[in-house]
Amino acid sequence: MNIVVCVKQVPDTAGERKLRADDARLDREAADGLINELDEYAIEEALLLKEAHGGEVTVLTMGPDKATESIRKALSMGADKAVHLVDDALAGSDALATSYALAQVLRSIGFDLVVVGAESTDARMGAMAAMLAERLGVPQLSLASKVEIDGSTIRIHRQSEDGYQVVEGALPAVIGVVEKINEPRYPSFKGIMAAKKKPVQTMSLADAGIEPSLVGLANAATEVVDFADRPPRQAGTIVKDEGDGGVKAAEFLAAQKFI
Amino acid sequence: MSEVVVLAEHAGGAVKKVTFELLTLARQFGDPVVAWAGEGAEEAQPRLAEYGAAKVYVADGDGFTGYVTAPAAELLAQLVERTSPAAVLLAATGQNKEVAGRLAVKINSGVLADAVGLAAQDGKIIAEQSIFGGATTVHSAVKQGTPVITVRPNSVAPEPAQGAAALEPVQITLSEAAKGAKITERVVQERGERPELAEAAIVVSGGRGVGSAEGFDLIEKLADSLGAAVGASRAVTDAGWYPHKFQVGQTGQTVSPQLYMAIGISGAIQHRAGMQTSKTIVAVNKDPEAPIFELADFGVVGDLFQVVPQLLEEIGKRSGS
Ligand SMILES: Cc1cc2nc3c(=O)[nH]c(=O)nc-3n(C[C@H](O)[C@H](O)[C@H](O)COP(=O)(O)OP(=O)(O)OC[C@H]3O[C@@H](n4cnc5c(N)ncnc54)[C@H](O)[C@@H]3O)c2cc1C
Ligand SMILES: Nc1ncnc2c1ncn2[C@@H]1O[C@H](COP(=O)(O)O)[C@@H](O)[C@H]1O
Repeated sequence: MNIVVCVKQVPDTAGERKLRADDARLDREAADGLINELDEYAIEEALLLKEAHGGEVTVLTMGPDKATESIRKALSMGADKAVHLVDDALAGSDALATSYALAQVLRSIGFDLVVVGAESTDARMGAMAAMLAERLGVPQLSLASKVEIDGSTIRIHRQSEDGYQVVEGALPAVIGVVEKINEPRYPSFKGIMAAKKKPVQTMSLADAGIEPSLVGLANAATEVVDFADRPPRQAGTIVKDEGDGGVKAAEFLAAQKFI
Repeated sequence: MSEVVVLAEHAGGAVKKVTFELLTLARQFGDPVVAWAGEGAEEAQPRLAEYGAAKVYVADGDGFTGYVTAPAAELLAQLVERTSPAAVLLAATGQNKEVAGRLAVKINSGVLADAVGLAAQDGKIIAEQSIFGGATTVHSAVKQGTPVITVRPNSVAPEPAQGAAALEPVQITLSEAAKGAKITERVVQERGERPELAEAAIVVSGGRGVGSAEGFDLIEKLADSLGAAVGASRAVTDAGWYPHKFQVGQTGQTVSPQLYMAIGISGAIQHRAGMQTSKTIVAVNKDPEAPIFELADFGVVGDLFQVVPQLLEEIGKRSGS
């Protein structure tokens, strides 16, 4: 089975994240980049499926040169090879453009199964599995907390607001995984050494058949009008419980008319 | 005036409050109309009229309950084609963010997720979003196609307005592609009598500090005394003390209530991602260094097993008098 796992490099959520003053793009140079943590679950699931059903795992990343750090990490976890879509014209692409660009690469490299994370910690769109499935015309099996493949049938548990649904489709398909699904492995020393020799193919817009007029900041379908650091929250009142903490909390709730 | 399409959130005819919030927001941009997928539109009609819906486009049949997200996206895409609305608004649930994504691809429009407010400015719809764990507030607009926007529940107080809510059946033939992911079974975990987490005006959440599944009785009692929904941190759902569907955070639900109470929760970034737009935040934690206190409007540094029972007693006294 030819499994492609989509991995995004994002700024560290523990560090400071900023939009650039001139064009309101995420300042990716200023922040430390690492793998979007939810994508580690997608990589793990891809590796587990390969171990169970055979085949090959390809990492697909769209992002600047710097994203190679995340690609190496994914390879060191055990993925076999990687495709890095990198082109200056892609900078500032929104969800519509990103899904288009990724879909074009997926069409050109081919796949039986695409695995994506539930959402990225920076954009938080949470819609990539749906958008890719729509573009590629294949089943969308997302918000999965469990995945089973049986021949060409794939069955998942899809998390919903009131429990879960069992959802079934046929390969080829796109799956999106939530963090309940597995426990991502740590790269071993051997894995890290092996990753250095694994093939990483870079692709440009032209290589993937991507129309330059459909990607990048200037062609985005959405725009940031303005942005501002949120004024620091007014420091709250913090009291130490001296045997009256519950009473004090009740007074606060009453003053705010909650009780 | 153009129409503004609101996708109704409902459970078999019972309309969820967020639908009225979306109708309230929609009014400023045009005539609010409802897209109703599935059964129950007749039952819901009077309530939708109360909140100013001019029309209710109804598409029912198995297709809308039997498959994942694609049918709702096809319904909305056909309405967009037919009536060229000023925007399509959806509640920002995990499921609807996916519907919005598919719709945006179908109609080649920009999509904005997780708005916490909408306003009109120079003929454009401006969405307010809170990003980077609440550190930055952004105003965004769609500049291509019909804006598709998901809005968090509790972003606005629903205001009644008169509307005809005329029911208008629409015939939708689902494409084969929309039937690719078939729902074969539904497993519903009971919620009991409490309000729904995403919609509740008050949420009381417990974390690892609660100590055990039994400890959650205390959280439930506090929630019930306030008419609140119960939430939990991932540490709790991972330990199996409370079901996952109550998880608040990056990989659980995003809530934005009037009051959020974090009891025995440290306030990890992934938890904050799901609750930081709450209007008022109260925390109880025995560690004065817990990051949750950075967000709290009111915090008690203390043992929750002392503080919460006393708080319950006080609430009892006050509601008794
Ligand atoms: C990919 C990913 C996704 C995640 N998604 C989520 C998510 O959606 N939601 C989420 O919540 N987390 C999520 N997490 C986990 C998150 O990082 C934290 O581990 C989790 O939120 C911690 O839960 P907690 O605050 O209950 O536990 P802890 O961090 O262990 O905090 C417990 C707190 O309780 C206090 N305490 C203990 N005993 C008492 C007492 N008797 N009285 C008062 N206070 C007491 C302690 O001082 C401590 O501050 C995610 C993590 C990852 C990697
Ligand atoms: N630039 C990208 N390159 C590769 N995968 C991506 C990219 N952007 C998003 N994804 C995938 O889509 C998922 C959802 O991201 P998002 O839509 O940004 O919330 C991520 O978890 C990734 O698996």
